[in-house]
Amino acid sequence: MAELLMVEAINDAFHVELDRDDSVMVMGEDVGRAGGVFRATAGLRERFGDRRCVDTPLAEAGILGTAVGLCMAGWRPVTEMQYDAFSYPCLDQLITHVGRYHWRTGGGMEFPLVIRMPYGGGVRAPELHDDSPETYYVHTPGVKVAIPSTPADAKGLLAAAIRDPDPVVIFEPKLIYRSERCEVPDGDYVVPLGKARLAREGTDVTLVAYGAMVPLCERAADELEGEASVEVLDLRSLKPLDEAALLASAAKTGRVVIVQEAPRVNGFAGELAAILAEKAILDLRGPVLRVTGYDVPYPYWKIEDTYMPSVERVVGAVRKLLAF
Amino acid sequence: MARVAPGEHELRRVIDDDREVDGLGEHELLQLYRSMVLLRTYDERSVVYHRQGRIGTYAIFWNHEAMQAGAVHALEDEDWIFPSYRESAIGLLRGMPAATILHWWRGHPAGWWNPADYNVASICVPIATHVPHAVGLAWGKKLKGESAVSIAFFGDGATSEGAFHEGANFAGVMQAPAILFCNNNHWAISTPLSAQTHAAALVDKAVGYGMPGVRVDGGDVLAVFEATREAAERARSGGGPTFIEAVSYRAAPHATADDPRAYIDLERVEQEKRNECLGRYERYLRRLGLLGDELEAEIKNDAAEAMRAGIAAAEAEPEPDADLLFEHAYVDPPPGMREGSDG
Repeated sequence: MAELLMVEAINDAFHVELDRDDSVMVMGEDVGRAGGVFRATAGLRERFGDRRCVDTPLAEAGILGTAVGLCMAGWRPVTEMQYDAFSYPCLDQLITHVGRYHWRTGGGMEFPLVIRMPYGGGVRAPELHDDSPETYYVHTPGVKVAIPSTPADAKGLLAAAIRDPDPVVIFEPKLIYRSERCEVPDGDYVVPLGKARLAREGTDVTLVAYGAMVPLCERAADELEGEASVEVLDLRSLKPLDEAALLASAAKTGRVVIVQEAPRVNGFAGELAAILAEKAILDLRGPVLRVTGYDVPYPYWKIEDTYMPSVERVVGAVRKLLAF
Repeated sequence: MARVAPGEHELRRVIDDDREVDGLGEHELLQLYRSMVLLRTYDERSVVYHRQGRIGTYAIFWNHEAMQAGAVHALEDEDWIFPSYRESAIGLLRGMPAATILHWWRGHPAGWWNPADYNVASICVPIATHVPHAVGLAWGKKLKGESAVSIAFFGDGATSEGAFHEGANFAGVMQAPAILFCNNNHWAISTPLSAQTHAAALVDKAVGYGMPGVRVDGGDVLAVFEATREAAERARSGGGPTFIEAVSYRAAPHATADDPRAYIDLERVEQEKRNECLGRYERYLRRLGLLGDELEAEIKNDAAEAMRAGIAAAEAEPEPDADLLFEHAYVDPPPGMREGSDG
């Protein structure tokens, strides 16, 4: 086991997966010579060559569109979108082709491509470097979505995505790319898609989160120490969703707060709340609450802390629910 | 950086110049004719089938047969074709049953095919988004050391799309063995070419991507064949992509749901109909003494028979099982896929 930062764990996954399977290739803006603007792909071009770690033109729809053709030629392309909000041009290819092509061929061809991107706010960055666009992706049929919150999961989920026969999107929380070193298993390591992780066990209330909101929820649980026993459920994968883990935790605590940094309207928290309303209503002792971003463009960073869910807001929601 | 000469504006022609194409003997010339007749018959029958309520809305390709047959005959079987909806029946030239394509237009899942069975990609319904696919495939084959070439068919309107630009630019940068085949029929539904671009000619776009551009008479099947063969040879030998602008004129409605009388130049349409591509090629073959009344009738009967068999097979197919709704949305479906409106 090595102690790695999340971005180092991703880099480790790449080295293992490119070594394991000759058909895996990496492509995107600045992924080769520079090793990625966050260094996630550092060293790949040197080790595996410029045919398997490709600096592409600055064209997100072109990156994903050519990746579709590369799949047809037998490759397993792992594309990088440099930032969350830079990925929007690729949604054209995602929605019109990536999520549909396997179906369109009557199951004849597979499109085992991966889209990965750093996402989320709180990093004091310029406009359009802070978005949480997971809803656009998870709403698209034919596409799977995973979001790690620890270095080990970042490695294991990327490996699972690369090996998955369907297109998989990985959102990497850039806020915690370099926040903490954690133990990451060496070599071959896969975290299967669709298995949630109980980040903390508790009995009074469940905080449901993914990505950068998981450590935030753990801090909120610390804050509530002695006041409430808080369970933190890290979904790890939005599709496939570990609905059993969600329902089991809701049944256990009877109180659920969902935390997402994306804008509230039609966010994934709404989907989770709907599942709880349909399937867990008799287990619940109060309303399902959401702590989310607002229905506004992600703000200039001098005031971004007001936008981002905070420990204080999460603790406030828990207290409100306990008092219901 | 490549040095590429600006595209030629002069249309390349063979039939009107009464030239012959090297390497095309009597057999090849007649095979090309058979393909054009098959496509023409498919198209004309499909319009009838639509009027009879036997297929749904249908995108007509009448007078585009020279471009489709000329280009496909210039390729090897290993080469991949990426059709737009205007080339919906191009799989016929690769042995795809007519019934499969008729199913596609009947909204039946039996109209899906596995592209790897024919090296023909699925019909692209949105405009130009398949251009990057064709480029990615060609680039991927080149990376694997395989010799296959790809061709993407798209119209003049597609050159306004971002996907065209991104695909063409990737093709140049990666030196992908791809052919970007623009069927410039001057109309995108009701929008004329002049409202689509201010460029003097679409072929001029090629120079911006660092690739050769060729302009051919799209109604001249042999000119299309010759230009595509040249592009395929260049691609296969490591010379990278080519942009072909095939100039034609849309002499039929955009689709069965369209009435072009509101916007099109009817005189020009009549002129185009008098000079349509199949008739031009028939007259050429007759001048060479390769086609007589009897052979023409035989070839047209064969095509008509293929279509009769195709529609019969399509109509004999049982209605699809509604459970097919859930087939192939994923290779490995997430557990929530089937959850729907029944709570």
